[in-house]
Amino acid sequence: MASLARRRATDYTVKAISTGFAALSIVLLAWILWTLLSRGLPALGPQVFTRVMGPPGAGGGLLNAIVGSLIQIVIALLVGTPIGLMCGTFLAENGRGTQMANVVRFINDVLLSAPSILIGLFVYQLLVVPLGGFSGWAGSIALAILIIPVVVRTTEDMLNLVPIGLREAAFALGAPQWKVVTLVTWRAARAGIVTGILLALARAAGETAPLLFTSLGNNGWSLDMSRPMASLPIAIYQYAASPFEDWVALAWAGALLITVGVLTLNILSRVVLAKIK
Amino acid sequence: MDATLSGTPAGQVLAQKPTGRISDPIFVGLLWASGIFVLILLGLIIAMLFEGGLPALREFGIQFLWSTSWNPVTERFGAGVMVFGTLFSAVIAVIVALPLSFGIAFFLTEIAPGPLRRPIGVAVQLLAAIPSIIYGMWGFFVVVPLIAAYVQPPLIEWLGPLPVIGALFQGPPLGAGMLTAGLILALMIVPFITAMFVEVLESVPPMLKESAYGVGATTYEVYRNVSVPYGRTAMVGAVMLGLGRALGETMAVTFVIGNATRMSASLFAPGATIASTIANEFPEASMGSLKLQSLLQLGFILFVISFIVLALSRVLVRSKLKS
Repeated sequence: MASLARRRATDYTVKAISTGFAALSIVLLAWILWTLLSRGLPALGPQVFTRVMGPPGAGGGLLNAIVGSLIQIVIALLVGTPIGLMCGTFLAENGRGTQMANVVRFINDVLLSAPSILIGLFVYQLLVVPLGGFSGWAGSIALAILIIPVVVRTTEDMLNLVPIGLREAAFALGAPQWKVVTLVTWRAARAGIVTGILLALARAAGETAPLLFTSLGNNGWSLDMSRPMASLPIAIYQYAASPFEDWVALAWAGALLITVGVLTLNILSRVVLAKIK
Repeated sequence: MDATLSGTPAGQVLAQKPTGRISDPIFVGLLWASGIFVLILLGLIIAMLFEGGLPALREFGIQFLWSTSWNPVTERFGAGVMVFGTLFSAVIAVIVALPLSFGIAFFLTEIAPGPLRRPIGVAVQLLAAIPSIIYGMWGFFVVVPLIAAYVQPPLIEWLGPLPVIGALFQGPPLGAGMLTAGLILALMIVPFITAMFVEVLESVPPMLKESAYGVGATTYEVYRNVSVPYGRTAMVGAVMLGLGRALGETMAVTFVIGNATRMSASLFAPGATIASTIANEFPEASMGSLKLQSLLQLGFILFVISFIVLALSRVLVRSKLKS
């Protein structure tokens, strides 16, 4: 065995390195945020929110991309949340302990981390090819598929925190199962379930890859869901890789907007989750 | 629900339909249907990617998997370069992320003073929340120039001439390439691996650690000889999850890998992953073309690789956390 002095020295060294690594991760986070602020803020004028995307040098904004993103995300939430909620409830209530639930949980965990670009390819094959074109609907469905596993996971986790006694009390009063679940269990876990939906929203808001082959992007103003639709991440992708200075500046402004939105949602949901647990 | 049962004749109560006789089966049916839906979803994804890529597989045969030609002009396509690039960049990411995650998890569970623990833990987790495309832009505009100017030239000069490992440090200092992609991916998967490490480490029974402290072990010795061995299985699973995430990451990689469909063993050479190739070449592939079918086949291969890695990860993680 090494001498005490040497063991102490090793201990201190490893502690110092570990602390350094933790500090490094904070520094990198700060660096990314600083880059976004220093490059995005100067470009974040009112025209970003009031004008649609335009040719380089024409002083265009990101209005259509922001609106397109919002529409697609809202529809994705409307489609994905109920399915995720029901499936999470199935895992926590009816299926608990059954083989079926184990399989569904397993598959859901895989879907949660599956490459998002493949969800895009899948929806391309499923909707874009048969319907003959890119569309806002296809983009919404792709985002919905990304949302479902997140909602399933958090819903199950949150329902598992609800004490069994609460359900037993409701059953003892003669309530049918659907009332026990909707009026007692869901209500008890409400804050946690909403948090899961917020996290899913944050994930969908920043996803670019699944939209490439589904809603494609659109440089003009369009609210028609059956046609290609603009979205903020796609606009950023398109502008960031362009050789025009004003487009790149707009890309940074958009990047700042998305990041601030996504991080705010994340911090919010973490605060709520910390209170619950 | 009838709250005032007392006082009503027994017959009347019995005649009343119990609430939920019809609604309950519907509700339970919906719950089961949503569970089945998730299973069907996965099945459909696999089936449609495979079916879409089948013509490419027929055209090029099984060699598609390792053929290194990707030539849109002669329409000769193979997955070799992209499969290599996907694995290479993901392995770099894991090699870089592993020591970082071990260190940060050690810091968060053993070193950080109580009030600092949560804020720092949250800050690390926020790294996972930043969208992939933001990493791509930051990587492209900030990291790539730095690496091209300050990291690659000295490495090429010092390590390039060495035998064997010199092959890793060849080529012009472009900035964009495998190494940069691997580093950005590492930063993106550190929060996932760290979070699971912390969860596992916190599940180590205090008694085990206290016994080690009792015989005079240092904090690091307890971490290394008690906590980590206790959670080893789940920690391997956590690393696999990081690997699985790195394999399929698209936007960040597309910005910084250089997008060259050539095979090179050098860390500095531009390359391509399956995901970056799909994102890059899709706009130039028309519906029903052989190129598009090849891209779909690439997608299928990526799905199979990620599925295996993620499934393995889950089995390892759950097996430990359950006990």
